[in-house]
Amino acid sequence: MRRRMKLLAYPYSAWMMIFIIFPLLLVLLYSLTSGDIHDFSSLQFSLQSYKRVAEPIFLKVIGNSFALAIISTIFCFIIGYPVAMIIARANPRHRGKLLMFIIVPMWMNFLLRTYAWMAILSPNGVLNRFLNVIGLQPLEIMPGEIAVLLGMVYNFLPFMILPIYTVLVKIDRNLLEAAGDLGANKVMTFFRVEFPLSIPGVVSGITMVFMPAVSTFVISGLLGGGKTPLIGDLIEQQFMSDRNWHFGSSLSIILMIMILISMAVMSRMDRNDEKERKPV
Amino acid sequence: MKKIVAMVILASVILTTAFAMTGCSDRVVLNVFNWGEYIDESLIDRFEDETGIKVNYKTYDTNETLLAKLEAGGVSYDVVFPSDYAISEMIKRDMLLPIDFGNIPNFIYIDGRFKNREYDPENKYSVPYFWGTIGILYNKNMVDDPVDSWSILWDEKYKGKILMKKDVRDAMGIALKLLGYSMNSTNDSELQEAKELLVSQKDLINGYYGDEIKDMIANGDAALGVTYSGDFMDLYWDESTDFSYIGYGVPREGTNLWFDAMVIPKVSKHKAEAEMFINFMLDPEIAFQNSNEVGYTSPNTEALRRIREESPEVFELPAYWPDDSIVELSEVYVDLGEYKTIYNQIWMEVRIE
Repeated sequence: MRRRMKLLAYPYSAWMMIFIIFPLLLVLLYSLTSGDIHDFSSLQFSLQSYKRVAEPIFLKVIGNSFALAIISTIFCFIIGYPVAMIIARANPRHRGKLLMFIIVPMWMNFLLRTYAWMAILSPNGVLNRFLNVIGLQPLEIMPGEIAVLLGMVYNFLPFMILPIYTVLVKIDRNLLEAAGDLGANKVMTFFRVEFPLSIPGVVSGITMVFMPAVSTFVISGLLGGGKTPLIGDLIEQQFMSDRNWHFGSSLSIILMIMILISMAVMSRMDRNDEKERKPV
Repeated sequence: MKKIVAMVILASVILTTAFAMTGCSDRVVLNVFNWGEYIDESLIDRFEDETGIKVNYKTYDTNETLLAKLEAGGVSYDVVFPSDYAISEMIKRDMLLPIDFGNIPNFIYIDGRFKNREYDPENKYSVPYFWGTIGILYNKNMVDDPVDSWSILWDEKYKGKILMKKDVRDAMGIALKLLGYSMNSTNDSELQEAKELLVSQKDLINGYYGDEIKDMIANGDAALGVTYSGDFMDLYWDESTDFSYIGYGVPREGTNLWFDAMVIPKVSKHKAEAEMFINFMLDPEIAFQNSNEVGYTSPNTEALRRIREESPEVFELPAYWPDDSIVELSEVYVDLGEYKTIYNQIWMEVRIE
């Protein structure tokens, strides 16, 4: 039986080797070399492109990207957690419908949704035309960081809501009732029982928002007017227009390492929490 | 005897059928790969009828797609339509077949100004198809100054209403041209001046965009934006909406001239037929019809003469027919070689600073 189960893992292992491990190794190879990318024999070991990543202007871009990703993750959490809670507490008959409202926009192409935001926020867009009609001053949102942030929060919010909802909906209601019976008021119950139990969902929600947010390039390019490039823009430019795969690969590797570190910190928090919860 | 006659007849019938069938499969199929909406498709049928060659017509959307497909292999395109810089790269990388101009008598109709251009100095590989400029697309309701100089993109009056092109060559080229230098400059101090000029522009512009510029200007999101003349011609010919409030100016300092030209890739298996196709497209009558349908400026003098007779008004449009003096000052982008990295580095610094 166990052996048969192992067989089931082969397709995925093969998939992983071909489409994840091998490309990653290729990126690593390019990041550590210089020479003609089409001719492997011309590649030579070089740390040149990593040295370039450490230049102040690129560090600034990396810093900007992380700051923006952290802020949008925080916003997603502040907005997403109550939504997840409302859906989890809703009448089970309506939960499906409520979830649909979150999921259906995701069926539309991501690029299309960002273009839609462009049409809404642009200087002569839907929002400003509306403000004009009701006699208010037009807003100068796009291009700018507020528009980028809005685009990110809109696009990534479902990735925060869904994992938190999944955890919240499974919490045994009896635990909350027991807390009430023991004299805890609603606020205390939430902070001492419900929230700690939902931490795993929060952690995966943060992970799933933070990762795409830190590496996005479409949103900042379209809604930010391309004036403050993020690390994603930089990587795209290396591969598309500059055709400097070595530098692009180094940037990707650095980004990956930084994401891994952030994830390690997050999962550590998660585990610490589990330890604390055990005595309960 | 009767039997023998019958046998002979039968054999000859079979043989002729067999020959006819091989003749059928021998019919040459010419693979033509062009930009989307860039030909009068009825001309393809006409070419097929006149020559008996079958055309397999496909389209692409960027030079990079074309290069990538040719690079990846497994295709045998016979005629493709890359732009100037892509042609010079293809020549450098030995991806093209030299054209036998003896098979293209209609080449005499090509305007002399557009032969032997920078991307193909000896004019061995390419035949120009359409050409145009980079210029400033503007909203006439929002701009009351004449749009005839790149300096308007640095005018405080239009702060926040200027769209710059998110392209290293265009951005650098415009700054260099405004400073009076070559758009292909490889002089470090000139490039440094261009960089400072672009940095000083950053606070004045709304942002750096690509294909969105045409729509944003048409929508009134901004007053001025850098685009291709083709973008203006698309709006000009648009029959569903009135875009008469949109204008296009070509700066007097000169600009970038772009060309899309017909070339024969090395992977082609039907060079002679490809040359027939190119010659066909240069025929005055055909070129006239094609240019009329596509709406861009043809390098074919005979076709232009007919268009001038039929619709002289387009020659008043700088997007269709820029002043000779401006064309004189304009340049085609050449491959920068090693300097490409330096341009990219400067452009990145401009955008991050």
